[in-house]
Amino acid sequence: MKLQRKTRRALALGALAVSGALAITACGSDNNSGKDSNGGSSSAAAAPGAAKCDSAKGQLQASGSSAQKNAIDAWVKQYSQDCKDVQINYNPTGSGAGITAFLQGQTAFAGSDSPLKPEEVAQSKKVCSGGQAIDLPMVGGPIAIGFNVPGVDSLTLDPATLAKIFNGKITNWNDAAIKKLNPSAKLPDLKIQAFHRSDESGTTDNFTKYLIATAKSDWPYSGGKAWQAKGGQSAQGSSGLAQQVKQTAGAISYFELSYAADGIKTVDLKTGAATPAKATVENATKAIASAQVVGTGQDMALKLNYEPKEDGAYPLTLVTYEIACDKGNKADTLPAVKSFLSYIASEDGQKQLTGASYAPIPDAIITKVRSTISGLS
Amino acid sequence: MDTSTQQSDAAPPHTAQGPAAHKRAVRGAGRPGDRIFLGLSRGSGILLLVIMAAIAVFLTYRAALAISKDDGNFLTTFEWNTSLLPPQFGIAVLAFGTVVSSIVAMALAVPVAVGIALFLTHYAPRKLSGPIAYVIDLLAAVPSIVYGLWGALVLVPHLNGLYGWLDEYFGWTGILSWQGGAPRSLLTVGILLAIMILPIITNVSREVFRQVPRMHEEAALALGATRWEVIRMSVLPFGRSGVISASMLGLGRALGETMAVATVLSPTFDIKASLLDPGGGTFAQNIASKFNEATEFGQDALIASGLVLFVITLLVNGAARMIINRRKEYSGANA
Repeated sequence: MKLQRKTRRALALGALAVSGALAITACGSDNNSGKDSNGGSSSAAAAPGAAKCDSAKGQLQASGSSAQKNAIDAWVKQYSQDCKDVQINYNPTGSGAGITAFLQGQTAFAGSDSPLKPEEVAQSKKVCSGGQAIDLPMVGGPIAIGFNVPGVDSLTLDPATLAKIFNGKITNWNDAAIKKLNPSAKLPDLKIQAFHRSDESGTTDNFTKYLIATAKSDWPYSGGKAWQAKGGQSAQGSSGLAQQVKQTAGAISYFELSYAADGIKTVDLKTGAATPAKATVENATKAIASAQVVGTGQDMALKLNYEPKEDGAYPLTLVTYEIACDKGNKADTLPAVKSFLSYIASEDGQKQLTGASYAPIPDAIITKVRSTISGLS
Repeated sequence: MDTSTQQSDAAPPHTAQGPAAHKRAVRGAGRPGDRIFLGLSRGSGILLLVIMAAIAVFLTYRAALAISKDDGNFLTTFEWNTSLLPPQFGIAVLAFGTVVSSIVAMALAVPVAVGIALFLTHYAPRKLSGPIAYVIDLLAAVPSIVYGLWGALVLVPHLNGLYGWLDEYFGWTGILSWQGGAPRSLLTVGILLAIMILPIITNVSREVFRQVPRMHEEAALALGATRWEVIRMSVLPFGRSGVISASMLGLGRALGETMAVATVLSPTFDIKASLLDPGGGTFAQNIASKFNEATEFGQDALIASGLVLFVITLLVNGAARMIINRRKEYSGANA
């Protein structure tokens, strides 16, 4: 009897906890839907019927780069309004895992922060019967350098100083090298806390590629997805870095521009041009415009120009690719892949990007991408 | 504990019939139901061993592949870069960070947990001990990523004061000096892990203290002992091995904790002299951080590091078992 009463009380408590949790999640989903409708309003300009569905049908599995996750989400939302028969599941597992899944034939296309390596192209001939995997640049994005220095609202840095900060050679915000670049700023006597990614990441790869290209003598590392410099602080994921910059005085870090929302200040980069470039979507597109296509055949891999002379071009960018077969895509998913990829490369698709803090691919390159997609088989 | 006493109660009549009867009972006396059940249970026992062996062989094979290509020394290299040509990786930093953060966690959690358990069993009024035990159970149900987020967003920004204080008064020791970086260090990880392993140590210790024979306590009271002396003379010696096993359960969780550590620590591949300086890393955290973008070879290397964690856990558990066995005369098993 006593035991029964006890269990009943426990049940009541449990029920209370569950209903409490429900109330919390209910609030959570409210917020989410609010956000979505906000995000939607910026993209509501796109007319329905922008995507051509043709005979596309079924489920499309894709995975890869988390850097383009928000862009894909925005696209899928628009696309699935027009093509209700196609379901697209994009799993942001990271570029490496995405490419692996694609090469094993688990997914219809992959998203990646960096173009395929030659050995990966060779492997792809197994899944692409009669063809090979190709890189299609779809999303550009500025990598912002966020900083948190009390009393400083704008900060200009050149590549050499940036490299020295992240390499632990410059350790205080009132260092002469920073002062020289920012004569008017009131730089405090504060320890610099440079944060890098603790996980392997395409953002790290692109950031260090930039330092290698522009400040070789101050950045003596070979680059790659894993951070190589010693010392400094680290955190997991771009959101982790942004959080640390927000809450740590003296912090500086790098992440995609979309994470620099809500009040994180970003560094202006000194380039070859007369005035320093701000980290904005437009400035990133300007810099990507001077990129060269280095892929051969159908492959559209880009080589970024890290030292643009053009005024306002922000050179610290990353371009993410969609990876699919040029020939020999699976017959059951081919119509859907073609239809979705041509939608995201279309004018409407690329227009969606600016709303999500991504940079559209410049016209000259995206037109080539469109013609490549129409030739997929 | 209950079941063991029940078994020993039931044992005498069984043995009285002699070993032959016992043997027949095990063989199942030829009845089909018994034979089927015997086959099923034996089969599942064998299956478990086969699965374990298969996992072990697979992991060892892939680990061996990775280690054979390691350009550095797998045990001493301060670096984890599997995409270099040739690759360089070593577990020194990870082993150090795993052991140190777990030691910090145990040092903080065990005294508090034992205190809570004693309070609940010997001091708290019944009305209070129920709800407190319930809240502690709830702590155990919180997913580790939530602890990690709480640690990164709330705990870390609020530790500056403690770190400054430690540096001022204990900075001279070297292991508690602070350079003023954001407190994402092994000490913070230890504090967070201590909170995470508190419930399991508390719960098991509480159960053990409840088993203390009433006679022991009353005997101590009859000798004129105060309540503290009762606890010191009868409860703690009786519960010692139970507390050790409880701590080992907690230690197991601390050694293998992944997401909470990955969110709170600033992992780097060097060993800092001070616990307060950001840096270091643990096995599980390193695997979680690197696995997503790892190539197949990188995954092999991570598997190799996981095997080392496995070995460390085995050693720790073995040591704990030895301690418990040596103190068997105090334990509840033969009381």
